Amino acid sequence: MKLNRRQFVVSATSALAMPAVLRNAYAADDIKFVSILDQSGGLDIYGKPMVDTTKMAIDEINKAGGLLGRKVDLKVYDPQSTIQFYTQFATQASAGDKADVVHAGITSASREAIRPTLSRFKTLYFYNTLYEGGVCDINNFCTGSTPAQTVEKLVPHTMNKWGKKVYIVAADYNYGQITAQWVQKYVKDNGGESVAVEFFPLDVTNFGPTIKKIQAAKPDMVMSALVGGAHASFYRQYAAAGMNKSVPIASTTFGVGNEHKLISAAEGDGMICAYSYFEEIDSPANADFVKRFKAFAGDGAPALNELAARSYEAAYLWAEAVKQAGSTDRAKVTEALRAGLGIDGPSGKVQIEPKTNHAVQNVYLAELKDQSFNIIEKHENQPPTDTLLVCDLVADPTQSTFKFENGLKAAGIDI
Amino acid sequence: MDLLVSIIFQIVYVIANLALISLGLAIIFGMMRVINLAHGEFLMLGGYTVVVATNNGVNIWIAILILSPLVVGLIGIIVERLLIRFLYGRMVDTLLATWGLSLLFIGLITSIFGASTATTISPPLGVITIGEYTSSGYELFLIGITILLLIAVFLVLKMTTLGLVARGTMQNAEMASALGVSTSRIYMLTFGLGAAVSGLAGGLLAPITGVLPTIGTVYIAKAFITVISGGMAILAGTTSASILLGAVNGVVSFVTGPTLGEVALLLAAIILLRLMPRGITGSIFRKSL
Repeated sequence: MKLNRRQFVVSATSALAMPAVLRNAYAADDIKFVSILDQSGGLDIYGKPMVDTTKMAIDEINKAGGLLGRKVDLKVYDPQSTIQFYTQFATQASAGDKADVVHAGITSASREAIRPTLSRFKTLYFYNTLYEGGVCDINNFCTGSTPAQTVEKLVPHTMNKWGKKVYIVAADYNYGQITAQWVQKYVKDNGGESVAVEFFPLDVTNFGPTIKKIQAAKPDMVMSALVGGAHASFYRQYAAAGMNKSVPIASTTFGVGNEHKLISAAEGDGMICAYSYFEEIDSPANADFVKRFKAFAGDGAPALNELAARSYEAAYLWAEAVKQAGSTDRAKVTEALRAGLGIDGPSGKVQIEPKTNHAVQNVYLAELKDQSFNIIEKHENQPPTDTLLVCDLVADPTQSTFKFENGLKAAGIDI
Repeated sequence: MDLLVSIIFQIVYVIANLALISLGLAIIFGMMRVINLAHGEFLMLGGYTVVVATNNGVNIWIAILILSPLVVGLIGIIVERLLIRFLYGRMVDTLLATWGLSLLFIGLITSIFGASTATTISPPLGVITIGEYTSSGYELFLIGITILLLIAVFLVLKMTTLGLVARGTMQNAEMASALGVSTSRIYMLTFGLGAAVSGLAGGLLAPITGVLPTIGTVYIAKAFITVISGGMAILAGTTSASILLGAVNGVVSFVTGPTLGEVALLLAAIILLRLMPRGITGSIFRKSL
């Protein structure tokens, strides 16, 4: 909004002249939707498309008349891939902006940094990234896919296709560590062997020693849970050593940062991934969504992936709950969501599962070819069975914990 | 046997990588005593030069070997004229100024190209096979070019008039000035040379690591540790420190993993500097270049 000096003086004096009560009523008129997602730093490859689709969702909701007759006001913060900014912005969103809902967090580390803050301030929280599962928090809706929905399908499919010896490479923080344990569990459950597990700090760019180790271990396939812009160079160096021809890669993260557009077709062809959304899903709802997004984001619109699509769908899940509750009150909206509320989005039906506050959703397996994903399998209405093993918010709605904090073994899951 | 050869190849590559990212800094810091905190961004700018040039249809080899040192060298000269030349001898001030410069470059590049990785360039050259093991041909090329670069810098400093005058100016600027040397010009050219070498390094690494506005932060700490561990002599220092730290990092990375590999590198540098506070060339190879 542009404001010249005269307009500023006029509006400032009128604001000052307005009685305090009226002014508050005026400010309270808009519904406040805060989004905290990394748009710079190493995690920007995930955050920027998520912000674009969130903006589109709010824009559409407002064009359709807003919610409860009120406009939805979107405020976006950029924590710059820095955890410290997450806690700062979460506090700002709750205490300063008095947000009605916060959609935030990409890495599990950032989620765990802000979840307690938002609980304490009683601010409704949506986390829309695929993650390792295990959050059991009445205030936190985790709409992304979890390992029991995706990895459980991905591991047997790729092991049947490529062989039973799996080499695991993963990012060195809670997501990578716990996801690596899920992979080990599913490999074992399917009669395979995890020959090695290796973790990488997020700023590692030289994967040479690891690629040699993979060659020495002679696995049938590599499972990657690498995260961020620096780690994308793994796929490039792997292909440069000719390894993509002999030992294929499956991944739990490749593609949600649109990495398949960053590396060439020759480097990426043949990789297999499993997510709850791919831009290539062939349905009228998705075709319409993709078309609207390209029109909304204009030239240079990023490719769409699960994180981006789910951010859009989660905004609608929340909006639908507000409509049904007839209020933005946290307790009422939570209740509406937990009554098994669902929407039909570009990925298909997405429905809240009340025992875990996670989503029942469709899952697709796809193979990369010429920088786009060809869908090879579809699994409908997958429940979050991993989190269901450890969490029951219906029995005890006071919980606010991350059950897999100390790994799967500590949570009583055999790996 | 094949495994051993390919592991040794990989360790040599790690060493070459360290030398490559450190050499430009060594020239600027070692000769001019200027702590250039924007060194990582010089590497980053070299990478972006290659990305922009190849996207506009320039041959990748021309982009890497000619354009990236040229562009970043020119940027270095401009930076020296506008900023650094007012700060010679004021180490803390240069440190702050170049830090600001580094933030400025990151901000500028982010606002022009966006914050995300901007490249689909793949490493040129094919695969080389050592028995059952394969490596990237481009890695072999990087090792070769690093050796050539070290030799070239040695020849420039040792054999040319410019090198002689530059070394003289760094040792005693007043005396050089009294003998009719334009010291201001020499400072400018030396800084430009350091920047050009950094730009070339950034360009060479672009196809293998990808390019991000913030990629400089990945390199800067390692480059400084290598240069400080090396000590006063630019070439002997950088080379010996790269060999030592690179070997430690490479071996430990193989045996355990990359996390401990980085830890071992830092630990080796700390022990080294405790035993030789003036770096390797402060104790041995003292008369070398």
